[in-house]
Amino acid sequence: MLPLLETEVTFELILQQIANGVAKGSVYALIAVGYTLVYGVLQLINFAHGEVYMLGAYFSYYPAKWLGYVPETGEKPKVPLYLIGLLFLAAMTACALLGMLIERLAYRPLRNSSRLAALITAIGVSLLLQNGGQMAFGADPKGYPLFMEQEAVQLGPVALANTKIVIIVVAAVMMAGLHLFVQKTKPGAAMRACSFDMRTARLMGVNVDRTIALTFAIGSVMAAVGGVLVAMDQPRLTPLMGLLMGLKAFIAAVLGGIGSIPGAALGGLLLGVAESVVGTWSTTYAEAVAFIVLILVLLIKPSGLLGKAGREKV
Amino acid sequence: MGRMVLVLMVSLAVLFGVNWFLAEYIDDYVIRVINLCGISIVLAVSLNVINGLCGQFSLGHAGFMAIGAYVSAYFTTTLRYFDEAEAKYVAIEPMFSTEWGFVPALIMGGFAAAAAGIVVGIPTLRLKGDYLAIATLGFGEIVTIMVTNFETIGGANGLPGLPAYSNTFWIYSFVILVIMFSYYLQRSTFGRALIAIRENELAAEVMGVNAARLKVMAFIYGAFFAGIAGGLLGHLQQTISPVTFNFMKSIEVVVMLVLGGLGSMTGAIVGAIILTALPEALRDVESSIGLPGVRMVAYSLVLILLMIFRPQGIFGQRELSLKLLRRLLPNRKGGE
Repeated sequence: MLPLLETEVTFELILQQIANGVAKGSVYALIAVGYTLVYGVLQLINFAHGEVYMLGAYFSYYPAKWLGYVPETGEKPKVPLYLIGLLFLAAMTACALLGMLIERLAYRPLRNSSRLAALITAIGVSLLLQNGGQMAFGADPKGYPLFMEQEAVQLGPVALANTKIVIIVVAAVMMAGLHLFVQKTKPGAAMRACSFDMRTARLMGVNVDRTIALTFAIGSVMAAVGGVLVAMDQPRLTPLMGLLMGLKAFIAAVLGGIGSIPGAALGGLLLGVAESVVGTWSTTYAEAVAFIVLILVLLIKPSGLLGKAGREKV
Repeated sequence: MGRMVLVLMVSLAVLFGVNWFLAEYIDDYVIRVINLCGISIVLAVSLNVINGLCGQFSLGHAGFMAIGAYVSAYFTTTLRYFDEAEAKYVAIEPMFSTEWGFVPALIMGGFAAAAAGIVVGIPTLRLKGDYLAIATLGFGEIVTIMVTNFETIGGANGLPGLPAYSNTFWIYSFVILVIMFSYYLQRSTFGRALIAIRENELAAEVMGVNAARLKVMAFIYGAFFAGIAGGLLGHLQQTISPVTFNFMKSIEVVVMLVLGGLGSMTGAIVGAIILTALPEALRDVESSIGLPGVRMVAYSLVLILLMIFRPQGIFGQRELSLKLLRRLLPNRKGGE
């Protein structure tokens, strides 16, 4: 029944797939932190997070288009480095604002109602952004400005596209920066306090509303970076690109242990590698890997790999 | 019980007449919308037992539908596929080749979905709230991915050529069945126990309710009718594909429940009708103002606003129609 590939599966091929999986997993990790941070603080699955990732890609696409980097026909000009930085910044800022706006308008009015109501609202926001995106951008796939010519780089036994290397490096830097921010700075401490016990944090003088807004902003910034990176690697934007990505990133967060940032990184990488390796045999079954992983994790160790065990959260 | 059978017989006779009348005098498109409303009612009322009564938030209804649709199609439809080993096209003749086979095929689909309900229900017993939601969603996605990989039943391209057996008579027969069953179920010990689990699982257990067993039974019940609805939809559209049953379909059914009021069967029915008929009605509005897609945007906005301003939905957990009925018939003592 398995639709096997024609090529023989060798050890080198598996290694190659693992390398690709690391790049894929880095993106999962970037998006997964958004889920993990928000869930840690609000116990809410922010279903709209995948759409923030999608919008991150679009928010960097349109400025580049206005500047003439996505011509209708002919060869795409290469985007200069300073402009790439500006496009990243544009996407990050716009998504941070969007994240805070979603929190303010949709989730804050529901902070004291049932978790079910919040969950359904989150699904609603996700649908709204998808359908709004389809109206605003059109359902047809869009190209993306050229950040760099894709070429394979030989790294020992594996060859990895240079764009994928950029993804891994940028994601690693972002994740490390986030970890430092949460562990070493005062707003980071406030975030940890809120996730530990929101009421006590408020009593200790933490501005809870502002901290929650900050949490959404940071998660959205990470998702925006993920969106731009993926668009650079696979220049094909659609308003529905965030749907599956968001689900899988959430699963990565559950796998790593929801509420834990290193967990999100680990879960993302493991999921990316698992998908790629299964993809060696069957690309369609690779799509099922994430969901099977999810169900297994929930059954065997619902707190995830690096999550705090003990507390009945499930 | 005797009364139940009587009501059933009378309503089937009425339905038979209605079906004939519709087919004779009413526009095909309108009939189609009426039929789709019926299928939505079966879905919403059955999901209401899992999500509304038992309080187990499931997002996997589309998965059960898919199983029901494909299994019933297996019994009624000629399967044509390319056999790799033999290098030729093969056709498998259906087991039930006449219209008499339709109901048995639907019921087989329902049983298959119910079996899947056990498979999903037992392992996810430990999960609650959003974790359960996401796990059942995962189950639904796994079902569609499995279907995509089965070339025998059409794979990703879908399975064409289902006979057009679904009509208003059959669809609304099952609507009446699911409503009657669910009505009696809500008033039975079983239904009360489900509500007890929803309100406080620990307290219910202390009172002697076997929560684990009942939760699985709620899943079996909901899945059975979801499977039937899937079969009905398949034989209405005559083509089924994995995309039809992706998790947006599950979310659609949940939204119907939430709009009507989670836990209210009347709410489920009203929600199902509104959310099936309204998008069809808005289709014309949409094309006349020249903004394609605005319908879906409005749909999601309504969902968010509903949660913020009226999270209990239209009916809350009440069954408004019964109260109305009692008010209209003041002389009847004791109701049931």
